[in-house]
Amino acid sequence: MALKLELDVQMQEKIDNIVHRHWTKRGAAIPILQNIQNEFGYVPKESLPRVTELTGIPASDLFSIITFYSQFRLQPIGENLIQVCHGTACHLAGAEEITDALLRAANIKEGNTSPDGKFTVEKVACLGCCSLAPVININGETFGRLTPEKATKLVKSGDFPQKVRDEQPEGKSQCQCQCGCGGD
Amino acid sequence: MSGKKIVKVGLASCGIAAGAQKIYDYLQNNLNKDKAKLYKTGCIGMCFHEPLVEVKDEKGIFLYGDVDEKKIEQIITEHIEGDRPILDWVVYSDTEALGDSDYLTKQHRILLRNSGVIDPESIDSYLQAGGYEGFKKAVTTMTPEEVIAEVEKSGLRGRGGAGFPTYLKWKFTREANSTPKYVVCNADEGDPGAFMDRSVLEGDPHSLLEGMAIAAYAIGADTGYIYIRAEYPLAVKRLRIAIRQAEEKGYLGKNIQGTGFDFNIEIREGAGAFVCGEETALIASIEGQRGMPRFKPPFPAQKGLWQQPTCINNVETLANVARIFSDGAEAYSKCGTEKSKGTKVFALAGKVKRGGLIEVPMGISIRDIVFDIGGGISSGKPFKAVQTGGPSGGCIPADMQDTSVDYESLKEIGAIMGSGGLLVMDEDTCMVDVARFFLRFTTEESCGKCTFCRIGTKQMLDILDRICQGEGQPEDIDRLEKLGKNIIKGSLCGLGQTAPNPVLTTIKYFRDEYEAHVHEKRCPAKKCKDLISYRVIEDNCKGCGLCKKQCPAAAITGDKKEPHVIDEEACIRCGLCISACKFDAIEVVSEGKTNAVKETAASGGRE
Repeated sequence: MALKLELDVQMQEKIDNIVHRHWTKRGAAIPILQNIQNEFGYVPKESLPRVTELTGIPASDLFSIITFYSQFRLQPIGENLIQVCHGTACHLAGAEEITDALLRAANIKEGNTSPDGKFTVEKVACLGCCSLAPVININGETFGRLTPEKATKLVKSGDFPQKVRDEQPEGKSQCQCQCGCGGD
Repeated sequence: MSGKKIVKVGLASCGIAAGAQKIYDYLQNNLNKDKAKLYKTGCIGMCFHEPLVEVKDEKGIFLYGDVDEKKIEQIITEHIEGDRPILDWVVYSDTEALGDSDYLTKQHRILLRNSGVIDPESIDSYLQAGGYEGFKKAVTTMTPEEVIAEVEKSGLRGRGGAGFPTYLKWKFTREANSTPKYVVCNADEGDPGAFMDRSVLEGDPHSLLEGMAIAAYAIGADTGYIYIRAEYPLAVKRLRIAIRQAEEKGYLGKNIQGTGFDFNIEIREGAGAFVCGEETALIASIEGQRGMPRFKPPFPAQKGLWQQPTCINNVETLANVARIFSDGAEAYSKCGTEKSKGTKVFALAGKVKRGGLIEVPMGISIRDIVFDIGGGISSGKPFKAVQTGGPSGGCIPADMQDTSVDYESLKEIGAIMGSGGLLVMDEDTCMVDVARFFLRFTTEESCGKCTFCRIGTKQMLDILDRICQGEGQPEDIDRLEKLGKNIIKGSLCGLGQTAPNPVLTTIKYFRDEYEAHVHEKRCPAKKCKDLISYRVIEDNCKGCGLCKKQCPAAAITGDKKEPHVIDEEACIRCGLCISACKFDAIEVVSEGKTNAVKETAASGGRE
C-alpha cells in the first residue's frame, strides 16, 4: 500500500512526543496507537510511517493491530460522537430502536456520520451502566433510561457536552466524563 | 467528629451517568462544613436507585435513593441541618427496615464490603478498613509455599468463569524454573451486561493491588500487569491513583515492608477485542500484537508473557485473595458449597425490579436472587428465564429456578457460572432473539483463527437471522444444533468453545419458540420485527393525532377525533407511536404470516 508521507510539522511533533513517552516499554505499539487516536480522534494513515521510523515496528504490523481492534478507526469522526450501548440489558431495553431513532434524528442515511459532519453514531459494546438501560454516550456524557422519543429530542436540543477530546491530560485516561465511554 | 454527620455520594460509573456528580458538586457547594463531612465512595450496589446519597448520624445510616437537586436541597435542610431524616425517600437504613432494605440485607458482602463504604481514592480509607493487613501478614510471616497452601485451604476458584482452582495456577507458576515471572490481572471484562470487575475497581481498587501483591510474592514475580478495558476510564483513573498511593506507602515498589520483596504494577488498556479475555490472547495483546489465542500447552504458567512463567487471574479472584488473607482461609471457606467456596458477585440486570451489583454466597438458588434480592419481575409479567455467563453462557428456564448457583450445578444444566452477568427475562423476551444477540456478538468478536469459530458462528447467525425474519426452514433447528456441537469441538479457545451455548440452551429449553418462528412465522414474545405488526385498538383511540405526528414513516392516517389506522406496508416498526400514545391504543401483534398459515393449514398443520 502506497502511503502518503506528507506529515505536517505540527502533527509530526505530536507523534514524536507520543512515541517518546512509550517506546521504552515492551509491547508499546498499542499504547502508542491509542494515544495517537486520542490526540487526533482517529489514527491518520500518514502518521504510521513516522511511527515505524521511530520504533522500528513495521507499518504492516501497525495496520494489522488497527484493523484487529475495534477501538481504532482510520477515518475522522463527526463533531459529536454518539455511542449507543449494545450490551445485553440495553438490547433487551430497545437499543436497536434507539439507534434507528438517532440515525433519523441526525439525518444519517449512509455510513455512520451525518452529511453535515455534525454527528457520528456508533454502536459500542457494553458501557456497564446496565441498570440505566438503554444508555447512550454523547461526547463523554452518559444518558440513561432513554426512549426513541427522548433520544430524538436529546439530539435535536443540543443539550449535551460539546467536544472534550482536545483537553486531555497527557498519557492518562483521556475521558473527562468518567462514565465508561471508552475515552474517545 | 462529635455530632458531625457523614455524607457519602456513590460515584461509580452508573451513579455518575444517573447524575451523582451533579449531586456531589451541589453538596460540596452547599453543605455546611460544621454540620457534616462529605465523602465520595464507589458503587453502593443499588443501581436501580441511582443517584444514591448516604447520611450517617448518631442514629445510624440512612441511604437516600433517586436523589435529584430538589431532593438534595430538602435532605440538607431537613436531615443534615434539622436532624429529621426524610423516611419516605430512604431506600436503606440500618436502624429499621426501610425502603428496599432487604435488597442489601439478603446479600453476603465479603468482596464488596468496602465498595460504597470507603473512599476509593484514598489509601488511608482502605487502611482504616483493615486493608493491606493480610498482605503484611503474608510477606512478613509466611513463606510463599505457605501462602499457596493458605489459598488451597480457602478453596478459592477462578472467578473469570471457568472455576479453575487458584492455588494450582499459583503452584504451577511458582514451580516453573525460569525467571522473571509475571502476575497478570485480567480486567478485560468484556461480557455485555457484566460490570462486576468495574465496580470493584472503581469502588475498592486497593483490594486488587493487595491480592496481586500477595500473588506475586507467592509465585516469585516482580512485575505485574493489569489488562483493563479502555471502556472503563474511571476504573483506570482510580487504579492509577491507587498504584501511586501504594507506592508511596511502601506496599508496592522496592524492598516492600523491609522484606527484600520487589513488586511493581503497570496498567495496559485494552483496545476493544472481546477475545483478549482469553489468557493467551491477552498475553499477545500486552506484547503489542493482535490478540489471537494460541494452542495450549504450553500453559502461561510455563510460557506466558514474553515467554516467561505467568500467572493470570481475574479481578474478582485477586480481590478475594486479599479477603482470604485478612479474614483467614478457614473463615473464608465457611461460606459457599462443598466445591464452590466463598461468594460470587453478579451484575443483576434485565427485567428485574431491583437491578444492580449483588454479592451472594455460592449455593444460593436462582429463585432467591430473582425474587428475594431482585424483588421479582419489573413488568409484573411472568418470569421466563435467566441468562448467566453472557455470550458464553446459557439460559436457565423459570421452572429450574431452584438450581443452586455453583460451578457444578450450573454446568450440569448447560449454563455456566460465567464472569457474573445475570440477566432476568420475562415473557416479553424472545429467546430466539436473545440467542441471536449473543451469537452476533461472538461472530463479530471471533478473532478468525479457527475455521469452525469464524465460519461456523457466521452460518449459525445467518440461520438465526432468517428464522427471525420469518424465512426459517424446517431443518434449521437441527442444523443449528449440529453446527453448534461441531463449533465446540473444532475451536481452539474458550470463545469458540462456548459461543454456541446461548443457542443450544435456548433450543433445549425453549424449542417451542423456535418452532413457532420456523413453522408458524410467529414470534410469541412479539419482538422480532419481521414477524409483528402494529395495530390501533379502535375502542381506545381518541384520534388525538400524537402518534401520527411522531411516525417517521408517515404510516399513520386518520382524521381528528376518529380512530387512526396504521398502514402495515409503510410501518417500519420503530415503536415511536406506542411511546407517544397516552391511551394504550396501539398494540403489537404476531399472528403468523397469512401465506404461512395457509400453507400449514393446507398440509393439515395447526393454524
